[in-house]
Amino acid sequence: MDYVETSSGKWELTIGLEIHAQIISNSKLFSSASTKFGSAPNENVSFVDAALPGVLPVINSFCVDQAIKTGLGLNGRINFVSFFDRKNYFYPDLPQGYQISQYKHPIVSGGYVEIETDGGGQRKINLERIHIEQDAGKSIHDQSATKSFIDLNRAGIALMEIVTKPDMHSAEEVSVFLRKLRSILRYLGTCDGNMDEGSMRADLNISLHRPETELGTRAEIKNVNSIKFLAAAVAFETARQIEILESGGKVDQETRLFDSTTGETRPMRSKEDAQDYRYFPEPDLPPLVLDPARIEAIRRTIPELPDDKARRLQLEYDLPHYDATIIASEIEMANFYEDALKHSGSNDKNTAKMLSNWLLGDLFSLLNKHGKSITESNVSTQNLAELIMLIKTDVISGKIAKDVLEAVWESGKSPSDIVEEKGWRQITSSDEIEAIILKVLEEHMDKVAEYKSGKEKLFGFFIGQAMQKTHGKANPQLLNSVLRKLITKGV
Amino acid sequence: MVGVFMHTLSLYDIKHGLLGKKFSSVEITRRFLDRIAKHSHWNAFITVCEESALRTAQLSDQKIKNGTAGALEGVPIALKDLFMTKGIRTTAGSKMLQNFIPPYESTVSQKLLDAGAVVLGKTNMDEFAMGSANITSRYGPVVNPWSLDKKLVPGGSSGGSAAAVAGYLCAAATGSDTGGSVRQPAAFSGIVGLKPTYGRCSRYGMTAFASSLDQAGPLTRTVRDAAIFLRIISGHDEKDSTSAARPVPDFESFAGKSIKGMKIGLPKEYRMDGMSEEIVDFWRKGAEILKEAGAEIIDVSLPHSKYALPAYYIIAPAEASANLARYDGVRYGFRAEGKNLREMYENTRAEGFGDEVKRRILIGTYVLSAGYYDAYYLRALKVQKLIRQDFVSVFKEVDVLLTPSTPNSAFAFGEEPKDPVSMYLNDVCTVTANMAGLPGVSIPIGLDKQSRPLGLQLIAPHFMEESLIQVGAILEDGANFPMLKEES
Repeated sequence: MDYVETSSGKWELTIGLEIHAQIISNSKLFSSASTKFGSAPNENVSFVDAALPGVLPVINSFCVDQAIKTGLGLNGRINFVSFFDRKNYFYPDLPQGYQISQYKHPIVSGGYVEIETDGGGQRKINLERIHIEQDAGKSIHDQSATKSFIDLNRAGIALMEIVTKPDMHSAEEVSVFLRKLRSILRYLGTCDGNMDEGSMRADLNISLHRPETELGTRAEIKNVNSIKFLAAAVAFETARQIEILESGGKVDQETRLFDSTTGETRPMRSKEDAQDYRYFPEPDLPPLVLDPARIEAIRRTIPELPDDKARRLQLEYDLPHYDATIIASEIEMANFYEDALKHSGSNDKNTAKMLSNWLLGDLFSLLNKHGKSITESNVSTQNLAELIMLIKTDVISGKIAKDVLEAVWESGKSPSDIVEEKGWRQITSSDEIEAIILKVLEEHMDKVAEYKSGKEKLFGFFIGQAMQKTHGKANPQLLNSVLRKLITKGV
Repeated sequence: MVGVFMHTLSLYDIKHGLLGKKFSSVEITRRFLDRIAKHSHWNAFITVCEESALRTAQLSDQKIKNGTAGALEGVPIALKDLFMTKGIRTTAGSKMLQNFIPPYESTVSQKLLDAGAVVLGKTNMDEFAMGSANITSRYGPVVNPWSLDKKLVPGGSSGGSAAAVAGYLCAAATGSDTGGSVRQPAAFSGIVGLKPTYGRCSRYGMTAFASSLDQAGPLTRTVRDAAIFLRIISGHDEKDSTSAARPVPDFESFAGKSIKGMKIGLPKEYRMDGMSEEIVDFWRKGAEILKEAGAEIIDVSLPHSKYALPAYYIIAPAEASANLARYDGVRYGFRAEGKNLREMYENTRAEGFGDEVKRRILIGTYVLSAGYYDAYYLRALKVQKLIRQDFVSVFKEVDVLLTPSTPNSAFAFGEEPKDPVSMYLNDVCTVTANMAGLPGVSIPIGLDKQSRPLGLQLIAPHFMEESLIQVGAILEDGANFPMLKEES
């Protein structure tokens, strides 16, 4: 257990999360309006989304399937019957004056996400529930000094609210959990996890207590919209609550807003304005009844998830735990890796490890340098596989291969074409190499003498000279053995 | 003769008169439009669609000529002003929607249009269907055509539709019934008003009052008319998830069927304190009529009935408080500006809603509030369950229940109950059917000593509207209710 230590002793931090994850779906939860991101304001608004008089919500069964899939992927229990409720509050971007959500009877109960701990072990972060609800629209306050504008494109979009138990105890743990959750949702294809576009948002519940005592009063921190800000919010809130507690005060159970510009949290509303959401059953929608066969059919569509994938990569290809975990953490990366491996036409452990090295090493550097994601890589899976095979068959050396990879990135041509074009094929004839070495040794007779008198470090110097003469094309192993043979034989 | 009094014909007779080319749709439409103008002091309509009605009538005449007539081709009807009509202002009786022109059509009105009906206009109603006398409308009260010396209320909330049907301003009209808003005004106005089973008709495009109770229904001059009308507006609608995917029977074929051997229950709880002997006598008369026709009359009990009204006045306002939250001045409808958002909300809703609507929003907000939810809302739901169970057991014994429709006849303006709770008592006989989701119909049974209409109510099991038609037609026959005397 991580503790926060102050002069007065140890504090234990307890954190729970409520994650709003936008369901991947072409249309909204209760209307047929599009969910396209980046449309012109109020372009994707149906009569239902605008809450015109007398219109009624109709459940989008694809969104329900997505929630079921998520529940199964997160090891939850799918409830055969769940209910919708109205959560009442007034806000201009909430057209109905209530949000349709699930309050007492969510579609998914329980579940967990396994995260890796610092020590390399696994730990379960338990989930309380997952429910489906509709999103609100967006209020825009910064376009006029006197008016606010409303964009209802987001109003009615389907969200899953994933609620964890208070199972996390540090900012680090929260971010590991969120990354893992995001990874699983992306594997499942139920949420794109894009925090920049707001398709994944987290609220934090955070409290402090002395070890071996009961949990403290929690504050709810809203609007933490990136994993980076989480650490800041946790740090600020920890300090704030410790200050209150250590000076003998009490933490208010309240909702606070995280301000990303200052890194601080502040109360969202005064206590007199405390919200009473007056939840009650949504009379416009019948209970959501799920046929067990439907759940089973969805279960069969669940893909291999990151933990299983990482285990399989270790087992099948003998990849180190580190490599396997990183590759499996992003579905796109895992797909890229496995696709490249397939193209290599070989699945021996050596190839698998080489591919992992090249993917996580040189290709990653190129992606970072150009600010691109793996799906935008200029180097295709075929070309990476081909590069590996050129190294393995001694057509090029690993050193030249780095240049080849860059050339592939720049030109989009295949590695073989580049090697041919540039004449980068490795020199593998021992006669040819012998001639070059002899030339090098002749040119540096003084150094040869030094070497012979015991300055063996000069071996590398001769190799370097020979490489320079071949423009790096000499097969390194061959070069090594020929040099050793010649130099010990005496010229 | 047909020409002079054609407006007094039933929907059935108008339909067949048109098909038999005894008169044209344009003629009958013109007649009703003239009568609407002539009786504008009844204030039955909020919006009259003269031009479009005549245009549709012309098309209908063409279709009748071509032999492509729909089930209601050319028949002039009226729509309660809470059914959204594309391109036609729809106010729900409120200032909040005083200039609201919907860009869509309610499913019920669409079905009527598809059947060839001619829409004469939008009828007056209690604001957002909240009221039992049609005196909460922002467009003024409606006068009951049965008024003699004193001006009588038509009942509510479908008071405009009831007056329009009773006063021969249209062949039939739609209403909506949340706690009795079709049956109570029908009883007050001497016509037939039928509330279908919850889910029988789509609620899409009706401004919502209490979503779990609201149901559209016909107001007509005869039971057969109600059957014809009901068949047209019934059926599953994918736009309303609470509408039932059930077959729609030919209700009309049940009008005139024998009721020999049917069991009719008289629930003793409907004999309420303060109910006049006159009403009890008419109830007895109704039972007699059915008995003569071969039905068996059985005394039954619905023990939780007395809790229905208080439970209803918790559940309905609770839902209303949420349903009316959308009228906030932000996107459409009435807006009263303010210095800031909160003030704009407050001004808009203070000026846009009338007192009765505000009262119910406050009640609804209160009963759902933290600390009160369990004591009020949750308890009301439990009561609702008990009421449903009462009906389930009683329908094991009987086919249909017979009760008074209202505890009193129409009252005069100025003589209405002054406190809201006494006003709410108007729904005491009708509200149980809504709480249980059951179909019910009010049928005129006679006039009281003051020559004011009274009605009896039939309640049937879920999706057994055909029983209402079957028994109702016999009751109607036996009652021999006097027609409203109306000069041409």
